[in-house]
Amino acid sequence: MTDTIAPIEALQDKEPQKPPRSRSKDVWDQFRKHKGAMFGLFFLVLITLAVLVGPFLWDADPQKIDIRNKNMRPIYTAIWDSTAKVGWHKPLGSDQLGRDQLAQLLSGGRASMAVGWAAMILSLFIGTAIGVAAGFYKKLDGLLMRTTDLFLALPVLPLLLLAVTLFRQPLRANFGPEGGMFILIVTIIAITSWMPTARIVRGDILAIKEREFVLAAHSIGTVPGKVIRRHLLPNVLSPILVSAALGLATAIITESALSFLGVGFPSDFPTWGKMLADAVVRMEEYPERVLLPGIAISLTVLSVNYLGDGLRDALDPRIRGR
Amino acid sequence: MLTYAIRRLILSIPTLLFISFVIFMLLQLAPGDPMAQVPLTVPPEVKQKMREALGVGQPPLVQYWKWLVQVFWIEPQVLIDYLFGTDFSEGKQRVISWQTRSPVMDIVIQRIPQTLSVVGVAYVVAILIAIPIGIYSAYRQYSVFDQAGTFVTMIGFSVPPFFTGPLLIVIFSVQLGWFPSIYDTTHVVTDWASFKLQLQQMIMPVMVLALQITAQLSRYMRASMLDNLGQDYVRTARAKGLSESIVVLQHVLRNSMIPVVTVIALGIPSIFGGAIITENVFKVNGIGQLLLTWLFANDLPGVMTLTFIFAVLIVLFNLIADILYGLLDPRIRYD
Repeated sequence: MTDTIAPIEALQDKEPQKPPRSRSKDVWDQFRKHKGAMFGLFFLVLITLAVLVGPFLWDADPQKIDIRNKNMRPIYTAIWDSTAKVGWHKPLGSDQLGRDQLAQLLSGGRASMAVGWAAMILSLFIGTAIGVAAGFYKKLDGLLMRTTDLFLALPVLPLLLLAVTLFRQPLRANFGPEGGMFILIVTIIAITSWMPTARIVRGDILAIKEREFVLAAHSIGTVPGKVIRRHLLPNVLSPILVSAALGLATAIITESALSFLGVGFPSDFPTWGKMLADAVVRMEEYPERVLLPGIAISLTVLSVNYLGDGLRDALDPRIRGR
Repeated sequence: MLTYAIRRLILSIPTLLFISFVIFMLLQLAPGDPMAQVPLTVPPEVKQKMREALGVGQPPLVQYWKWLVQVFWIEPQVLIDYLFGTDFSEGKQRVISWQTRSPVMDIVIQRIPQTLSVVGVAYVVAILIAIPIGIYSAYRQYSVFDQAGTFVTMIGFSVPPFFTGPLLIVIFSVQLGWFPSIYDTTHVVTDWASFKLQLQQMIMPVMVLALQITAQLSRYMRASMLDNLGQDYVRTARAKGLSESIVVLQHVLRNSMIPVVTVIALGIPSIFGGAIITENVFKVNGIGQLLLTWLFANDLPGVMTLTFIFAVLIVLFNLIADILYGLLDPRIRYD
């Protein structure tokens, strides 16, 4: 009888000591250890919530001109300067036309974040598509990678300025001043920033393509489209996520830079970069008008960068678990 | 190696031609009219003549060909004339800026010293700061110095120059009054006092730029050092009884410098490109500021030539970085 013989000890099936751990839990545990990344996540969520919900809570019109209450200082100025013109109805003061600074900051943040997210998603999409196509289809590789090199050789900021001055008029005519500018800025930032993602994705696809599980998938007759979607894309998700974080940061900075140079959104539409640019001429008397949007941009980008740093560490299996 | 370099050089010619063609065609779509500043009382047929005098009347392809000839054939002749006192370029048409009606190249040459003295100095300062920081924070990973260094580099990454610039102006020019907020390009260094003034006006723009460049470089340096510090040859070197300074500063540093050197080479075009935003904030009369003025003035030949020069520099230094990589790292073979 076979069942009476006790199996050799080494061959015994032991119950696993610990419950199995999923990869996402590992990643989250590693991510939580990165203090900077946690701070980044916290501030990013905070800022996103503020610009999403804030305009409903503080429902002053950011574009309303209120010339009687112009040049108000933020409420905290009263602590050291009792003669300053402050008031609770304008908590962060108002600009030279009496527009409410808090409302401008909130809606400006909305614009900056919207541009950042949209440009990042579009650039990731282009980058991933080109990277996957170049890595997976050998025929396309040479052509696509030469195109990538070409785009890398184009000087970005001059080209951005060029494209903005060129296509501003027709797009404005078709989609309205704000919509047209939004489409233009998002497209231009995406077109000039997809190259690093494409290169990284192509490199990873080239390596993963040769692995056995892809061969197995091919041999049971999986169609190429499905191989890409089911087997390749999930495996290159981590570099894509990391470049998403970096892309969001650069997109926000580029949008602000364009606004700062005066080629961004129309002049009555507040964004952080535009608020900063408008305030620079008066920064001696009203330094807070430079500081507040500047700090908003910097804090957002800083938290996104820390988030990306933490993501990179958490998604790298060589670092994880150490 | 040599064949690789030659092949890459030859390949870069069609790339550059294509880039110039793309830029030219983009500019052709520009809605701006060079005649926009001419008074309305000027009759249309005179305007047409003026347009033809600027070379705008002809089809785009002809214009492109003429631009190519001017940039690749006539401008080098002008350079040779200037260097050797010959007269090859007598009476030949150079690339003329629509805004200033003078040769584009002359204006570029006038602007380059300002850009080089600000952006170039910032680059050198950044390299000198970034490399020691990178080495030390990798050597003492997760120490207080490393954490602080990472935080500062993160800030350098995240705080845009159009914020740090005004911030420095508020602190150092307005509140403290140490440095002038506007860069005086006409200032000539003759003696010690004027040299001091030149230093004072350079400090702020250089600091703004150096913060950004340092942030990038020191991160590369740190990552590269960390990669190498864990290698087996480091343990071997320590086991041989080499002193720590020799292990770190000779064995590890040399190997870690390979990728960093190529990153430095890749950044050099941006020196010539000038820092558009920083130059704008501090009113430095450099290349970046020139490009911005020309863009807003719809000066197509100027923008075209300047953008093309940037593209040439980028392609060239990409090539140099690749070759340097091969020269410095014997493990890499291109053939």
